Parts: sequence; structure tokens; C-alpha cells
Amino acid sequence: MTSELLLQQLANGISLGSLYALLAIGYTMVYGILRLINFAHGDIFMMAAYFMVFSIVTFRLPWYIAIVVVIIVTIALGVLLEKTAYKPLRNAPRMSIMISAIGASFLLENLATYLFTGVPRGFPDIRILTTTVELGSLSLTVATLITPFVTLILLYVVLFITNKTKIGMAMRAVSKDFETAKLMGININQVISTTFVIGSALAAVGAILWGSRYPSVMPLMGVMPGLKCFIAAVLGGIGNATGAVLGGFILGMAEIMLITFLPSLTGYRDAMAFVILIVVLLVKPTGLLGEKVTDKV
Amino acid sequence: MKRIISLLLSLLMVLALFTACTPANNNGDANGEPDEVVEPGEEDADVIKIGVFEPLTGMNGGGGLQELGGIEYANKMYPEVLGKKIELVVVDNKSDKGEATTAVTRLIEKDKVVAIIGSYGSAVSIAAGDIIRDAQVPTVAPSATNPMVTQGNDFYFRACFLDPFQGEVMATYAIEQGAKTAAVIMQNGDDYSVGLANFFINAFKKLTGEEASIVDVSEFQLNEADFNAILTNIKAKNPDVIFAPSAATTAPLIIKQARDLGIESLIMGGDTWENPAVIDVAGEDAEGIVLSTFFDENDPATNEAVAFVEGYKAELAGKEPIIPAVAALGYDAYILVRDAIERAGSTDGVAIRDALKETKDFEGVTGIINFTEEGDADKNVAVIKSVQDGQFVFIDSVEVK
Amino acid sequence: MMDKLNDKKSKLFLNLLLIAVFAAILILLDTKTIGDAYVRRILNLSAIYAIVSVSMNLVNGFTGLFSLGQAGFMAIGAYTVAIFTVPLEARAKIFYIIPQNPVLAQIELPFVIALILGGLLAALVAVLIGMPVLRLKSDYLAIATLGFSEIIRIVFTNIKSITNGALGIKNIPIMPTMWVFFGVAIISIGLMWLLINSSYGRAFKAIREDEVAAEAMGINLFKHKVMSFSIGAFFAGIGGGLLATLFATVDPNQFYFPVTYNFLLIIVLGGMGSISGTIIASFVVTIGLEILRFFDEPLALFGVNIPLFRPGLRMVVFSILLMVLVLFFRNGLLGQKELSWKLVFDWLSGKKPIKKTDEGGAA
Repeated sequence: MTSELLLQQLANGISLGSLYALLAIGYTMVYGILRLINFAHGDIFMMAAYFMVFSIVTFRLPWYIAIVVVIIVTIALGVLLEKTAYKPLRNAPRMSIMISAIGASFLLENLATYLFTGVPRGFPDIRILTTTVELGSLSLTVATLITPFVTLILLYVVLFITNKTKIGMAMRAVSKDFETAKLMGININQVISTTFVIGSALAAVGAILWGSRYPSVMPLMGVMPGLKCFIAAVLGGIGNATGAVLGGFILGMAEIMLITFLPSLTGYRDAMAFVILIVVLLVKPTGLLGEKVTDKV
Repeated sequence: MKRIISLLLSLLMVLALFTACTPANNNGDANGEPDEVVEPGEEDADVIKIGVFEPLTGMNGGGGLQELGGIEYANKMYPEVLGKKIELVVVDNKSDKGEATTAVTRLIEKDKVVAIIGSYGSAVSIAAGDIIRDAQVPTVAPSATNPMVTQGNDFYFRACFLDPFQGEVMATYAIEQGAKTAAVIMQNGDDYSVGLANFFINAFKKLTGEEASIVDVSEFQLNEADFNAILTNIKAKNPDVIFAPSAATTAPLIIKQARDLGIESLIMGGDTWENPAVIDVAGEDAEGIVLSTFFDENDPATNEAVAFVEGYKAELAGKEPIIPAVAALGYDAYILVRDAIERAGSTDGVAIRDALKETKDFEGVTGIINFTEEGDADKNVAVIKSVQDGQFVFIDSVEVK
Repeated sequence: MMDKLNDKKSKLFLNLLLIAVFAAILILLDTKTIGDAYVRRILNLSAIYAIVSVSMNLVNGFTGLFSLGQAGFMAIGAYTVAIFTVPLEARAKIFYIIPQNPVLAQIELPFVIALILGGLLAALVAVLIGMPVLRLKSDYLAIATLGFSEIIRIVFTNIKSITNGALGIKNIPIMPTMWVFFGVAIISIGLMWLLINSSYGRAFKAIREDEVAAEAMGINLFKHKVMSFSIGAFFAGIGGGLLATLFATVDPNQFYFPVTYNFLLIIVLGGMGSISGTIIASFVVTIGLEILRFFDEPLALFGVNIPLFRPGLRMVVFSILLMVLVLFFRNGLLGQKELSWKLVFDWLSGKKPIKKTDEGGAA
């Protein structure tokens, strides 16, 4: 094991981890408010990648405008999802809402297969992000390099919103106690919509960075990242944005390290995320940074 | 009212299932040219049905559609046999084995096809093999390269070469280029990838005479996108070539991430890589990759090929820059089947099978075709292509004895 | 009609008539008098789906445990049948890259024994999994069971000397008669029906309605949950084993977790907590998915190609149906009720169904 190799793998791990983190924040926020695993979150992420392809390849927008457009359209899709698939079921049993989430995810995947076919689309090459930088013996693209910073900045923004703004306060209140918050006159619908806005926006940013690193856009690209990011959110302590980021980093790093140190076990890469999930649920269900809430587990 | 409707609907469903057994029922899936209106009672007498089962969605959806294009073009060129019109009945197997078995059963039992063409990939072909053998419906696989497809199956033929051959071709080519070490990446979960990778490993070890010439073997999973960790490990071992047979969906990800990591080794793949999606997605990084394939449009081997290249090129104009090799194989599979029906003089499964077996020096688009004992096209030449300036270009043809 | 209904004799007569009709259809199909292999195959598949769906309903609908692990348990059953029933002489050809484990390579079992063994192994794994994870609730339980189902699949992909890894196992002997599928389905569902109507079943339902109350009534939550979960897994394993012999081939990707969503759709459509509803839904969904195939084919009407119809549309329609069901018809066909003659007659004569129908034989 040379130090070069280790250094490169560390960079790989941090970069992958920060992508997981971006998606994990979306999961953790929705779960915090609605107590719902938004199974469709990974598919929102997938759709965002397609939006990027279309806005640059089909509509020939410059990349900086395309990014704004994609974030807006993705937010619209996220809010639409909430209004159609989750809102009508607000008073339904938990199981119905979850089935609806699974159904929405399934629908988005099938719709994408139908509309865009299973043939992968190339993610547009944004020069600024895909240029390779040599740092000593390390070889990294700009996207790889900036992803952790983008993630940390966005985490800061999310924390600012939840801690320092009025709507953020309302979100925390709803997260603590849905019924009481409602009685106190908090506009639940607005809070929930805001949550989906933030989550979807982060998914869009995640999709753009993901696409620059892994430029193959296809209908099922969101399935595994989606599940893993939910696991990252659980690992960090569900409902806690900082925890989600931490969980994302740990999960990304763990995957890369498994391959680095135990290359014969690469086949078990995806299984490891689930093993981590189950261990966390059994040993410390509140996750690393989660608060103890009796009703969760 | 609601009740009556639901009752009627359920009745309809039961009926739909049961009428499935009567061959005349076929208005729902008339698959011929759009301008053709099939007269219900008469069609049986005038039409010979050939089933096509291809992945049109799912992991291999892209390749399946390319292959279907070739089959449909062949149908356009040779629309008749024995004085009757040939009708293609196309079903989607979704690149899924369970789906494939049902789809094939449907072709055989419901549509009563006399022969089948398919499929693009080996996994689904293997899965459908037993049903095809038991129903005695002769089938030609255009591009399923795994040996198990035709093994022990009298009714399964194929128009392409096999993975052991392809693995040897790539190993031979790599060594000709001066390679002494190789790393292999395969998709755990894909017969094609695992099979071809293993044949390459065996051939490479045998040709170099060194067990240690394969410096790394890595696996990845279905729907995986991140290859950085695997590739970083490989980079540390600095192999001369990286052989990564995989679906066209994952190939560009491997190629791009390897180049981003500063890996300069020669990157090679199998026939699935000859897909515009690979160049589209990997962009500049696709330059210089090497793959083996079945056919080169710039070097038509037969008269049939000359005509095919000219005609199909016009058909593809504006859609695809080059003729995909699988389209050529799809075309060959169709004309092979048609020729066999013609020579058999009947639509009986066994007769067509026997005629296929007797195929002698058949002039196909991908060369002169004879079948071996197992029903494999006897081919000993593969085309090696590379990517230059965003195009697949012919660089060599390799012959293995 | 109502008079007739009150008459126990005529109800018995109707039941017997129905059974006779079904048996007659089955015999005609099985002796190849009517239908063809395609119809038989779809009906066999429906029967298998019915077993797995009822087993999932036992856990989800009757016990209220949201489990998404069915695909994994099916994989265990399917692989057990595959590994032990493939003829010995065919094995070297199948395991052509990595040879089969020398011990397993010498064991060949009759189908029925392999099938039951598969169910038992699935149940055993369910007990091992259930002991820790059944402490979790609702969505956490769902994601944990889904995780285990994936772990099972990934392990099967990797233990190549036993499962042949990604290459899968082919040449699994095919069962010649529909009675294998329907017989096993009738026995399995019958056993689950008996279980649900026993004191254990009442305990399951109590847990579903209110765990705290159930515990206060002296029901051992943990024991009953593990029991429901592992019995559900047993029958999912049986279903998987039948699937292996129907398809004659297994590979790990057949058990990728979205497969479980099919069963989820079935139990939602049939009604969470209704066995007869689940059975009907299994047939409706399986047959329906086949009929929906015309969506995937190019459709030409009066010489014009309708561009909407192309591969993939079928699955879009399928998922929209699932969403519509969940959003607007949350109770599915039968809710928690069972099909009875009274229900049928009330429905036909336009009467509002009476809540909680307990009488009438399940058809």
C-alpha cells in the first residue's frame, strides 16, 4: 500500500461521501417533518440529471443558466410530488403513505424508461467541472475537488435556514411535535412544501455534481444512491442535517476503504451499506447525532 | 352501472386470456407495416410469422433496439417466403430472464410463430432455451455470445462468434500490441461480462505463459456508477491493458473515470461497446479504446453486405453515424431463417431446424456462414475497432485458428 | 335471493358448485383440452404470486408488520430447489467457471423435498433476521427487511461455488402438471387461512390493531411477530421454489428488491387483511400485466401509427394504477373482509355492504 494510493482513495472517499451527503440531507429533512421515507427522492435526483441533459443538449442553454433552470424545475417536481402523492394521504395510516412513496418512485422510474428509453444519455460536459487537476501524484477533476466544499456550504445554508429563520423555526416545531405545531397555528402545508423545496434543490445540485463525475444518465441511476443516502441519514441520526452529512461521508469512505483494503470483497460493496444500516438500527437507532425520540423506533 | 361495468371488465379479461389460444385472434398485435390492414380470417393462410424477442427496455435496451432495426430492415428487403408474407411479432423481454421466458412462451403459443430471432444478450437467451427446445421452434440468436446458449440445444442457432473466441481475440490483440500485464473488470450479475472476462483471463494467461500476467480482477454490481476505488487499485498495479467487458451503460463510466484518474493503459472491451452511447457519454475520453466486433461497414465481405451497407446506411441517415454490428447480425439472423424456411419448403419446426443445420456457405452480411455441430456460426475472424475523432474506426481483423 | 342465502344447504351447494367449476376448468387446462402452454404458464405464475402475496399479507396485512423482504426469502427457496434438483450429470456444464462445491455436487433431492427444504431454510433465516429487526417499527422495519433481502441477493451473487453467482442455474427440471402449482397453492393458502383463523391469528390481528393493548392482554408480542414473520417467509420460500421450476432457471437479479413491489401492489389491490382479495388480485395483476402488453407494441389504427404506444408504456400504466389505488381506493377490493356469497349477492343487488361480514364460506 503506497501512500499515493491511499491518498487517492481518501480523495475518492471524501468526494463520494459528499455526494451521498447532499442527497442524505433531503431524506433527513423530509423524515424529520413527515416521518416518511421519501423513496422517490433518489428518482427526483435522477430526473434532475435528465433536466440538465435536456437544458444543455436540447435547449442549448449556457451551463450557468442551465444550473439555475434545473434547480427550479427539480424543485417544482419535488413540490408536485408532495402535493399529489403525499398530501392527500396526510391522515392515512403510515403504511399507505409509504406505499404511495414506493409507488411514486416506481412511477418516476418507469416514466423515465418510457420517455427517455434505457439507453444512457451523456451528461453534458461542463468544462469548468470536468478539467483534471494534478495535485502532486493525485489526479482529480474539479468536480471531485469542489464537491466537499459545496456540500459543506449548502449544509451551512440549511442550518441557517432551520435555525435562524422563521420558517426554519416552524420546521423544527413541526418536527418536534406535528399536532401541537398545527394547534399553535403553524401553516403545516407551507412547512412541508419548504422542506421539499430544500430537499429537491439539494438533489438537483447533487445530480449536477454527480453527473460531472459519473456522466451516464439513466432511469435507474437514482435507485442505489437513493437507498444508500437514506442509510447515511439513519447513520447520522435522522432529522439532523449535520448528522446526514456526517453519515454520508462515513458511508462513502467506508465503501472506498472496503475496496482499498479488502479488494476480494468488492462484490459485497452494496451489502455493506445495508449491514451498516442494520447495525445502526439495532445498536443505536437514533444514529450518531440524533436526539432521542421515543416514537421513532 | 359501475357494477355492470366491472363485471363486464372482468369477463373481458377472462375471455381475453382464453381466446389467446385461438390463432386467428391477432388484431391487437398486428405488427406489420402501418399501412397494411390485415383481414382477420384470411391472415393465417397468407402470413408466416417470425417471432422477435429482444430487450427493448432495461439494461440492454439500447442494443436490442439496434438489433431490431437490422431485423426490420431485412424484413423490408425480403418480405416474403414460400409465396407468403412474413410478419414479425416483436416482444420486449426487458433484459430480464423471467420476462424472457414468458415472452418466448407467448410467441410460441399465442402468436404461433414458426421461428424466432433473438436475443441480443446471452442471459435471456439461455433462460428461454429450454422452452424453445421443448416446443421445437428453431431460433437464431443474432448476438448472444455465451457458449451456453446453443449448448445441448438442437433448436438454438447463432449468427455470431462465441465468447471464448472473443476472449482469445482480445488477448491475442493485446499481446500483439506488446502488453505483458492486464487488469480485468467485470460486472458481477451479468453472464456476458463474467463469461467473457474469464475467457480473456484464461487466454491471456495461456498466451503469456504467466499466471501473474493478470494483475488485478475486480467486480462491480448492477447499477454501479462509482469505479474510482476499483480503478485506483488498478492504477497502483499499472497494467498495460485494462479489459472491461460490460454493457454499454457502464462502459463509458469506466473509461471516463480511468482517464480522470490519470490511467494511461489501453482500455479494451467486448462487442457491446460498439454503441454510440459509449462515445456520447465518455466524450473525448473514449478516444483510443479498443473493442472487438462482428462487422465493419467499410469492409463488406460479400455482395449481400455491399447492398446492405448502402441501403441501411440511407435508412439510418441522421439517426446513427455508423451501422451497429448487431444490426448486421440481426439482418443475418433474419435472412438465415428465411432461407431455411424456403429450403425446408414448409413451416414445420423440425424441417426448418434441419434446413438451418444444412446451411452451406450462406452469403450473409457478416461473412460466409456455416453452422458447427452445436449450431454456432463458424467464424474465425473478428474485427477490431477503435475510437478516433468521435467515430468507431476499423483498425485490424484478428484470426484465431 | 336473500332467502336462499339464509339457507345453509344452498350455500354449501353454491360452494361445491364453484369448487367443481374451478376443478373442471383446471382439469381441462391440465389435460390440454383447452388453453395452451402460454395460458397455463400465466395461470401457474398467478398461483405462485397468490402464495407469495398471501404470505406477505399475513405479515403486512394481518400482523401489521411492514416487511419488504419477500424477494430475499423467495430467493432462498428458489435457489434451494435449483441447487438440489438439477440432475447431477448436468451440473458440471452449468458450473463451468467455478466448479460446484464437491459436497453439494453429489446431492440430488426429489422436488417436493427440495421445495419444503427451501421453505424451511427461508423460515430459519427469517427467525435469525426477525429476532433482532422485529423490534423496529413501520418504515424502519420496512427498510431493514428490504436491506436483508438485498444482502441475501448479494451474498447469493458472491458465493459462486454454491449458487454459480451471476451465471445463475439453469436446467432445473420443469413440473409437467399444473396441479403442482395449484395443489401447493391451495395447501399453502389453506394452511395460512387456518392459521389466521386460529387463536394465533387473532393474536396477530390484535397486534396489528394496537400493540400496547395486545401486550396488556397477555400476548407475547415478540413471539407472535417472529412467528408471523417466519411463517410468511416459509411460504415465500415455497413460492420461490415453484418459480424456479416454472422458469427452469434462477439467477440473483430475478430477486432484485423491486420484485417485492409487485406483491405490494397485489396486497394493496386485494385488500390488506383479506386472503380472498389477495388471491383475486394475484390473478388480476398477473393476467392484467400480460394483457397490458399491447401497450408496448406499436399500435396502428386506420393506417396511422399511434406514437404513444412503445416499449415501457405498460410499466407506466402499471405504476399509475398502483398510485391511483393507494390514493383513491386505499381499501382495495375487499379491505379486511373476505369474499362470501352474501357479499356477492349484496353487491349484485346493489345493497350497501354491511360492515364486518362474518358469515358465509370463503369461496
